Amino acid sequence: MNQASDNYVEIRGMSFSRGDRLIFDNVDIDVPKGKITTIMGPSGTGKTTLLKLIGGQLRPEQGRIKVNGQEVTRLKRKELYLLRERMGMLFQSGALFSDLTVFENVAFPLRVHTQLPEEMIRDLVLMKLQAVGLRGARDLMPSELSGGMARRAALARTIALDPEMVMYDEPFTGQDPIAMGVIVQLIRLLNDALGLTSIVVSHDIQESLSITDHLCIIADGKVMGQGTPEQLKQEGSAFVKQFLNGLPDGPVPFHYPARDYGADLLQGDQDAGFSAANR
Amino acid sequence: MRLRTMEISVGLFIMAGIAALFLLALEVSGLSLRPTEKTYKLYAEFNDVGGLRVRGKVSLAGVTIGRVSNIYLDGRSIKAVVEMDIDANVDYLSKDSIAVVSTAGLLGEKYINVSIGGDEDALEPGDFFDSTQSALNLEKLISDFATSKL
Amino acid sequence: MLDFLQRTGKKGLLSVASLGRAGLFLVRSLTGVPGWKGVPLFIKQLHSIGVLSLVIIIVSGLFIGMVLGLQGYNILVDYGSEQAIGQMIALTLVRELGPVVTALLFAGRAGSALTAEIGLMKATEQLSSLEMMGVDPLKQIVAPRLAAGFVAMPLLAMIFSVVGVWGGMMVGVDWLGVYEGSFWGNMQSAVDFQEDVLNGVVKSVVFGVVCTWIAVFQGYDSVPTSEGISAATTKTVVYSSLAVLGLDFILTAVMFGDF
Repeated sequence: MNQASDNYVEIRGMSFSRGDRLIFDNVDIDVPKGKITTIMGPSGTGKTTLLKLIGGQLRPEQGRIKVNGQEVTRLKRKELYLLRERMGMLFQSGALFSDLTVFENVAFPLRVHTQLPEEMIRDLVLMKLQAVGLRGARDLMPSELSGGMARRAALARTIALDPEMVMYDEPFTGQDPIAMGVIVQLIRLLNDALGLTSIVVSHDIQESLSITDHLCIIADGKVMGQGTPEQLKQEGSAFVKQFLNGLPDGPVPFHYPARDYGADLLQGDQDAGFSAANR
Repeated sequence: MRLRTMEISVGLFIMAGIAALFLLALEVSGLSLRPTEKTYKLYAEFNDVGGLRVRGKVSLAGVTIGRVSNIYLDGRSIKAVVEMDIDANVDYLSKDSIAVVSTAGLLGEKYINVSIGGDEDALEPGDFFDSTQSALNLEKLISDFATSKL
Repeated sequence: MLDFLQRTGKKGLLSVASLGRAGLFLVRSLTGVPGWKGVPLFIKQLHSIGVLSLVIIIVSGLFIGMVLGLQGYNILVDYGSEQAIGQMIALTLVRELGPVVTALLFAGRAGSALTAEIGLMKATEQLSSLEMMGVDPLKQIVAPRLAAGFVAMPLLAMIFSVVGVWGGMMVGVDWLGVYEGSFWGNMQSAVDFQEDVLNGVVKSVVFGVVCTWIAVFQGYDSVPTSEGISAATTKTVVYSSLAVLGLDFILTAVMFGDF
């Protein structure tokens, strides 16, 4: 019972499929409160889908998803929107509103959800922009920002309403080393300073391992391992070890399933000879 | 500042739209804004008003002085009664004026043509025209001609 | 054969489902008035949908009126009734061409832009991010655009008709020498405010609702890829044009037909 209250998000027996493809098969995932949880897995395992399931944008076919004690799958539309005000999500592309300046982007959730006076909104926005180091860029349009800056501006918007939980969708992909370092540091700092619960979806092992408290590895619709990085490095299965060490070959084979290499080559010779003889 | 110019342009746009509605109403469809204030009613009985319609013109010497506001059948006299709204400033139609259902051109629209008489008293609001002349029924004319009644 | 039936049935079901989605979409966007907070959004949309369409509407209206004047004169002059040109131009514009041509131009100019804009918002996850912020994109993005479309279309159609009448007058009266008094007089005695002008306005309101609805829904329902958005934009123009022409026949039959 005590265990349950420590988790901000609890997923039990959840299955989800898209078309004929089963993306999650009866998975259990815990996200401890106040910590950074990293969800890792090979590309195409539905990590972004998982975030959308937690945010209630998609509904699972089976199982329960509990966020802060509330069952996301059973919430009415209005309750769901109320719950979402307490969570933030940083999209891979940043998803800044392209017709608003950086300042207005960050001010947007404040203007929609609060009745604060203009001066207070200004102060709050400048504080959030200061936290991500973009106070000087407030009058730029999103199209004028570099990829890393756009993501930081989006992060400032995500934390504008002081959420309890922030979900990061692939925050490290496509960033230069400096921008990546900045974001890694920001995630850690914000988590500790604001007392957030963070969920990071990523496949960049080094960056993720450097900040994460709790690690969850999924592949083929199943949870392959869950725990602290140290635990997993020592006790994990062969797959987990291969993944964490980034080995090219192991339980996940390097080659796409095919028949025997030698036979394939010889077959090609035969085919060529056959068709040539036929000509 | 950008918002301000946008707001102004939107305001102008809405005003242009409303102005367009007024132009359509006043210029194109000729709707008068104060039709009831400045008119008085006159009546005329006709044997035949064939083709005359409500909103048809009432004219004096070719100038429009009013409109037909209603056409109905009087049950007792079995005649068509035409109710007209006449401009209030045309208050000099003499008692013995004649109302004629006329046609604009050979096949054009029917209207009421008023020929003024010589009486010194003018028609009062609500009065009936004493003498009227019905529509020239082209079909009837032709059939009469064919059966050589003329 | 069976396969063909199966495919047709599936397609039919899919289109019914799509229509249902569109209906739900409209109801959900229109219920729950955004209140005063929505006014600046509405004004912004009225600007991009209405004001920015003005140029094409005015230019087209002018030329269509001028063509009507020219053609009408050539036909009517054979019967010696060229003074009826005013009535012909005004009735054609107010009853038919004003609402219909405006709606067709609107679908091409504003409708396609709406579809592409919302489609791109979907592709760049802006709609998702609104949802995750606890803001309903139907209220924030869709509702102001729908409202602006509903308001803009009748205004544009009326401006179109007025400019067209003026263009027709320019050709008929100033160039071809029809007497101005009979031009206006014939027009005014033939055009009835309720029967013609108001019915024309009703038509353009209906077209405004349909065109904006189709445009916004196609954007919202598009597949968020480059091909998906381009397909949705095409659909917007095709569906809106067909809907406008079809509805125009029905409305005309109801309004001006005698049955």
